[in-house]
Amino acid sequence: MVTKKSKKEEKPIDIFKSRLVPECRVLSEDEEKKLLEQYNISKRQLPLIFSTDPVVKALGAKVGNVIEFTRKSKTAGLSKYYRVVVGGIRG
Amino acid sequence: MIIDQEITKIVKNKVGAIEFRMLSPKLIKKMAVVKVITPELYDADGYPVDGSLMDLKMGVIDPGLRCRTCGGKVNECPGHFGYIELARPVFHVRYIPLIYAFLRSTCSECGRLLLPQGEIEKWLEKLRKAEGDSAVRAGILKEILNKTKLIKKCPHCGAKQERVKLVKPYNFTEGNKKLTPIDVLERLKKVPDTDSELLGISPGAGRPEWMVLTVLPVPPVSVRPSITLESGERSEDDLTHKLSDIVRTNQRLYENLSAGAPEIIIEDLWDLLQYHVTTFFANNISQVPPARHRSGRPLKTLAERIKGKEGRFRRNLAGKRVNFSARTVISPDSQLAIDEVGVPEIIARELTVPERVTEWNLKQMKEYVKNGPDKYPSANYVITPDGKRKVISDETRDVILDELAPGYIVERHLKDGDIVLFNRQPSLHRMSIMAHKVRVLPYKTFRLNLCATIPYNADFDGDEMNLHVPQTEEARAEAELLVGVRHNIVTPRYGLPIIGAIQDQITGIYLLTKDEDNLISQEDAALLLAQVGVTELPKKPASKKGGKKYYTGRQIFSMILPEVDYIGRSKTCPKHPHCKDPNCKYAQVIIEKGVLKQGVIDVNAIGPEAPKGKLIQAVINRYGHKVAIEFIQKVALLGIAYLQMVGFTTSVTDTDLPEEALREIKETFDFAEKKIDGYIEEFREGKMRAYPGRTVRETLEFKIIEAINRARNKTGRIVERYLKQDNPTLIMAQSGSRGSLLNLSLMSASVGQLSLRGTRIRRGYRNRTLPHFKWGDVGPAAGGFVRHSYKGGLTPTEFFFNAITGRDTIMDTSMRTPKSGYLQRRLINALQDLKVEYDMTVRDASGRIVQFIYGGDGIDVAKSDNGKLLIPKEEVLK
Repeated sequence: MVTKKSKKEEKPIDIFKSRLVPECRVLSEDEEKKLLEQYNISKRQLPLIFSTDPVVKALGAKVGNVIEFTRKSKTAGLSKYYRVVVGGIRG
Repeated sequence: MIIDQEITKIVKNKVGAIEFRMLSPKLIKKMAVVKVITPELYDADGYPVDGSLMDLKMGVIDPGLRCRTCGGKVNECPGHFGYIELARPVFHVRYIPLIYAFLRSTCSECGRLLLPQGEIEKWLEKLRKAEGDSAVRAGILKEILNKTKLIKKCPHCGAKQERVKLVKPYNFTEGNKKLTPIDVLERLKKVPDTDSELLGISPGAGRPEWMVLTVLPVPPVSVRPSITLESGERSEDDLTHKLSDIVRTNQRLYENLSAGAPEIIIEDLWDLLQYHVTTFFANNISQVPPARHRSGRPLKTLAERIKGKEGRFRRNLAGKRVNFSARTVISPDSQLAIDEVGVPEIIARELTVPERVTEWNLKQMKEYVKNGPDKYPSANYVITPDGKRKVISDETRDVILDELAPGYIVERHLKDGDIVLFNRQPSLHRMSIMAHKVRVLPYKTFRLNLCATIPYNADFDGDEMNLHVPQTEEARAEAELLVGVRHNIVTPRYGLPIIGAIQDQITGIYLLTKDEDNLISQEDAALLLAQVGVTELPKKPASKKGGKKYYTGRQIFSMILPEVDYIGRSKTCPKHPHCKDPNCKYAQVIIEKGVLKQGVIDVNAIGPEAPKGKLIQAVINRYGHKVAIEFIQKVALLGIAYLQMVGFTTSVTDTDLPEEALREIKETFDFAEKKIDGYIEEFREGKMRAYPGRTVRETLEFKIIEAINRARNKTGRIVERYLKQDNPTLIMAQSGSRGSLLNLSLMSASVGQLSLRGTRIRRGYRNRTLPHFKWGDVGPAAGGFVRHSYKGGLTPTEFFFNAITGRDTIMDTSMRTPKSGYLQRRLINALQDLKVEYDMTVRDASGRIVQFIYGGDGIDVAKSDNGKLLIPKEEVLK
């Protein structure tokens, strides 16, 4: 059996390669503004995502950033979803 | 109009915060209008005594009397509080946990929190920062409590701390000494505001010592109204009973105190007072015996009034009783349209629809009024233009008839064609409430078309249903367009019809269309079609014999088909008796331009619920709901008509099998049992080889199960082979109208292996399932294998095993139903105010977005084709 590697040596996994992780990116300030205008909402009315979420960490997003998810759908082709990063549990 | 002005003045505000505070003794006295001192309620004349719980200063409940505080009459005076000055302080039960926390975390000498000053300030800052975040606050408070509760020495005055214990339900001890409410009161008074903030009472929200009651507010009489019985006797409210217990005990305590009675008597009375005050707040505290009424019924006090299913919230606020509704038993009527409901005349005369009198309907309205209270199409009330409501009776009828003019509103009886809402509980999906059109009928039950039972999950074994009459034109329009039966044929769950032909309707259509050479004489054809409402015959007769014209069943079915194209598959192939080919071309159903060219119509085409009803779906897609509901109706009528014409009977003889078949079945089982005996022998001798990753015992089990399954499947095929094609039970199974081949072979051939929790039956005695078997018997019979059929009869052991699984099933369902009901309740509570906005986003009540487009794809499943778009992709892109 292979001995366990220490945590530091472990190779970071690219979570974006998983088919279960949807495509995502951090919105720029302009895009954020446009989004909020489009739906006529304030940032706190967006769905949330914890700053401790693996995706948020991998993107390097900060609390207050908006992340855009592009999901594949059988019926809609592609569908967009937006979440705002919030200080989460243990974060 | 006044209403319009009021609407324009609506002010919208958000609730920023809700703050809860404690009542101080001072405030209790201030809001009170009377001090209650006497337990007697009424004097000899039955008049309320001053200073009693019924004091007229606390408001009135008897008509004619006036409130001594505000002068208002029964419905004008809101009621006023009184108070009771307690002879000795007592604990408030609901504050016991918090008092306990205070006693453990503060110094018994100086009353300070058992933390150094520096730390107190540090925590205070932390707590104030978390203002508004209740979860974080609760965490901090808990941490402080855990830090301080075991400290032995006060960091402020250095006093040694004895351990305080809570003796449930409401006694405290410190070391070996009992802490009376007086002791506790004195200690809590010493706690400074800053320290009490760290234990959960914000300054401004109250003082810790208020948790020990010195005065008790007495709720107004209107909160606890007494009822006068027919005998003239008065029956007081539970709260009044409890309060009079408190007053009585309190007065006795006062007397004994001033008389200088011995300590034991005082203690006892004090304890009694504590008990009464405790049960006044809540009567179901553990370790406190509930206070009971004279009849032995537990009293319903304050907490019980609010809590739970029968409490104020769920009983009176979240759901209410309504007017213009009716409830009675339902029964079937296949001649009603699917979107109709039969309403008994007695109910139609009670339920009314307000109709405004105009020039054009004046004559009709006068007719209603003229008919008076005893005839049917009449009216119960008229409302004059100035809003006065007048009953129509024999005396008033003529006067009202004279004055009736445009502008009046007549509350006329329910009549044919009115829109009503029909509902059956449990209302598990939106189709549990639908709008029907009224048909007033004799007798006393609601009548319902059979096809409409599916969405309601109704049957006629005594089911009752509710009916509601919308009272405005808007409500009626909305009901018809949104919840009308025809708009709910397609369920929003998966986008296929939930309403369709059922049972013998399907059987009838199946028999009609099964054989392509099913010839029907012209007379019969006319008879059939007339029952459906079709007055034409098919254009070309299929054949002519002896000067008579004949039509095929498929031709007749085509007469009720709208002009659709449809290609589908039937459940079974109608051509070959035992067709096993899954792609058999005869199972293909082809409809071209509304003509059934090939195939048989069965559940797959006209049945309700997925994945059936494809033909109905095709009709909806092509012609919409109106045509579809008429089509379903016609299919149902034609099915019944044909079945009545040819006759159809199921009976026990359907399960008869020829001798040969029974012998074959016996041989199959004998063979299997022999084989299993061989396995067991092999196992006993230790010669059995284990399957990879399994023990030998498990391997044996697999082999036995496998052998049994093989034998059972074989008997199933034997049954199928020996059944005649005209066997009614088989016809029902093949058409998909009711039952299955498995059901049939259960009755005629063998019940087979019974399973308990996914395995053969193993429970029972040591090493055996029943005392009828030998120790260690692992054979088929000992494992719950039933080789006999239900008709043939089970052996006693087989019967017993059958009862075991039967009970297990009943237990399982009776546990699951309430569980899933509660799950659904929680789900509904969580999701009830989500709404699709005009921009297609799904938002909650505060405008927070849940989905950016409904369902991620914007598809309304009820308007889709099985969840998919109805139009080709290229069209969407345009």
